[in-house]
Amino acid sequence: MSLFIVNILDGFVTGLLLFMLCSGLTLIFSMMGVLNFAHASFYMLGAYFAYQISLLTGFWVGLIVAPVIVGVIGAFIERYGLRRVHKYGHVPELIFTFGLALLIEEIVQFFWGKSQMAYEAPEILDFAAFSIAGNTFPAYKVFMIFVALGIFLVLLYILTKTRVGMTIQAALSYPETVQNLGHNVPLVFMGVFGVGTAMAGLAGVIAGPVLGTFPGMAVLLGSIVFVTIVIGGLGSLWGALAASLIIGWLQTFAASYNVRMEDILTGLGFTKPEPIWDSAWQDLWTLTLPQIGPILPYLLMIIVLVVRPQGLFGKRET
Amino acid sequence: MSTPSSTPLKAGTQRLIPLNHALPWIIAAVFLLILPYIFDSRSALTIMNQMAITIVFALSYNMLLGQGGMLSFGHAVYMGLGGFFSMHVLNWMSDDPWISLPFLPIFGGLFGLMFAIMIGAFSTRRAGTVFAMISLGVGELVAAMSVIIVIFFGGEEGVSGDRTELLDFFGMSFGPQRQVYYLTAVWLLIAALGMYLYSRTPIGRIANAVRDNEERAEFLGYSQRHVRWISFCASGFFAGIAGALFAINFEILTEENLNLATSGSILLVTFLGGVGFFVGPIIGAIVFTLLQTVLSLYTEIWALYLGILFVSTVMFFPFGLTGLLAIHIQPWKLGKISHLVVPYAKMFIPAVVGVLSAAAVLEILFHARHAGLGEEEMNLYGITFDSHAAMPLIIAIVLAVASFFALVKLAPGLKAAWDEATHMGGAKQ
Repeated sequence: MSLFIVNILDGFVTGLLLFMLCSGLTLIFSMMGVLNFAHASFYMLGAYFAYQISLLTGFWVGLIVAPVIVGVIGAFIERYGLRRVHKYGHVPELIFTFGLALLIEEIVQFFWGKSQMAYEAPEILDFAAFSIAGNTFPAYKVFMIFVALGIFLVLLYILTKTRVGMTIQAALSYPETVQNLGHNVPLVFMGVFGVGTAMAGLAGVIAGPVLGTFPGMAVLLGSIVFVTIVIGGLGSLWGALAASLIIGWLQTFAASYNVRMEDILTGLGFTKPEPIWDSAWQDLWTLTLPQIGPILPYLLMIIVLVVRPQGLFGKRET
Repeated sequence: MSTPSSTPLKAGTQRLIPLNHALPWIIAAVFLLILPYIFDSRSALTIMNQMAITIVFALSYNMLLGQGGMLSFGHAVYMGLGGFFSMHVLNWMSDDPWISLPFLPIFGGLFGLMFAIMIGAFSTRRAGTVFAMISLGVGELVAAMSVIIVIFFGGEEGVSGDRTELLDFFGMSFGPQRQVYYLTAVWLLIAALGMYLYSRTPIGRIANAVRDNEERAEFLGYSQRHVRWISFCASGFFAGIAGALFAINFEILTEENLNLATSGSILLVTFLGGVGFFVGPIIGAIVFTLLQTVLSLYTEIWALYLGILFVSTVMFFPFGLTGLLAIHIQPWKLGKISHLVVPYAKMFIPAVVGVLSAAAVLEILFHARHAGLGEEEMNLYGITFDSHAAMPLIIAIVLAVASFFALVKLAPGLKAAWDEATHMGGAKQ
């Protein structure tokens, strides 16, 4: 039971982290109709910038400054890159962001090399916040939960209660009308892109010390992020939240419960062939839950797409 | 409007394949035949084989992207699965072979087709972003499966085999590289011709219609989903052939043949060549393979250059290299291509200097950052200098900036010459 609670919390951290990326991605998608393939690359940039800043000034300055730099870079890329490609249509836009993801990975390797950076959590948070029957829960993860929840609440407040949020919501559905009412819609697009990438950057800043800061971190998380927003329903913020949490828990639980196929098959009355490495069914017999954990999100995506193509919370199929 | 709909007599007189359509294929065949006599070193043969495989793969990818409007991030799956299956067929038959090696790609193609039928059944419902995301998910799924289903994918070390163990084909055992080259070249011609002819069939044409306007195609009575599905299956078939050719050439397949990096690089190849043209992927594959081979010999950061090239292609030349060539057809037809020679010649030197000096800036920075202790000397374009000194970097930056300004200054001249060359009639005022 105690392990269960720890897993719930761990999965919650992963889910919230995913949501920090997915929320920005979903906002950008519903506004511009383009799925930003490089979104996870901004997450990586956040981690690397924060690492570089933390060498000079310590963790806390990096926490504030790195996401701002990432956001500014994102806004610039929207203004001078994406907007240029926009006139060719959505597929070239997607290809552009894909190229950008490749390029950012190469640029990161250009400056920081291929090895993992020694980017670590601040010492002040380096203690166990509490423990449940021997399983400790680090304070840094509590901090991550608070940052992610804080960002979520601020985002919710801005989107639903402020004038800017109203304009953004209106521009999501009727950009032309909003433009005709005198709002600067391209500026809104640029702003949303910048804020979305800044949030990805912030996710990188706080995830870097836990998940590692290395050139492969974008690819590792990137495809999971896309899978998440497809499962949640493209363009649905609540869908993104639900799907992020589901995937966070799915991965955490799959990694920590060693359910073995051998036990299930024996329980069903099959006998294990001996020796196992000669059997055609060797892979089935040696299968364990932690082993298939990484593919569960993809399986879930395929099931969702077959059963409910618009995603869990999506309204439309496109 | 101009031609009457019923001309039964004329229909018979039209030849099935006009000579001017067949000519490029004959030239290509002759070219492929004599190529190993021009470049006969072992490494040249390897590069040519790799090129041929990339061409088949890129052409099959363009059936999706260029002809069907489907952006796939997981096309390596069909090539990889075709390759793995061919490798298993090769190994199963090695004791008691009943076919010879040239027929192996058929098995790869059929296996690719089988998976394309299964996955296409749900992934081709929509084009655009949804299709792209599903292809990505399926790609990642299959790549991750490769470490789980060890019996098929061979785990981390992959699956390998020996291509000489099948029956001899007219005395050829396919041990020597050159025999493998001819096998690959023949399959390249077969596959390319097959894909070209496919693009001329009604179903190939309708795929274009669905790409351009799916709603309109639906109103004409075509199911967009079925049309895309059929294109998808055909593409999977040819990708499987490419996979089998890979298996024959390299005799090993690993997870790398399935993963996102491979899928991404074929997108890069195809887009670089130009998705709007049948020859686009061919040009892209040749240029990309050459660039990759040559650059990786000279520099560690070749992938960075390719990334820059790709992003600038998407931003500035969305029709790729072939598009860049194709816009010169009009001045050529107007007989005004000579108007462009002088402006191009003027821009040539600043462009070359600009590219080389910009690359020098990157190389110096990279060397200064990553060279080991005591390795401060670097060699660039035959000049040896200390990469940590400021002077070489300053010179490179000054050269890069100067040639950039020179290009900006020359641009209006090119623009004027271009307007003149594409304008019919006399001198334009």
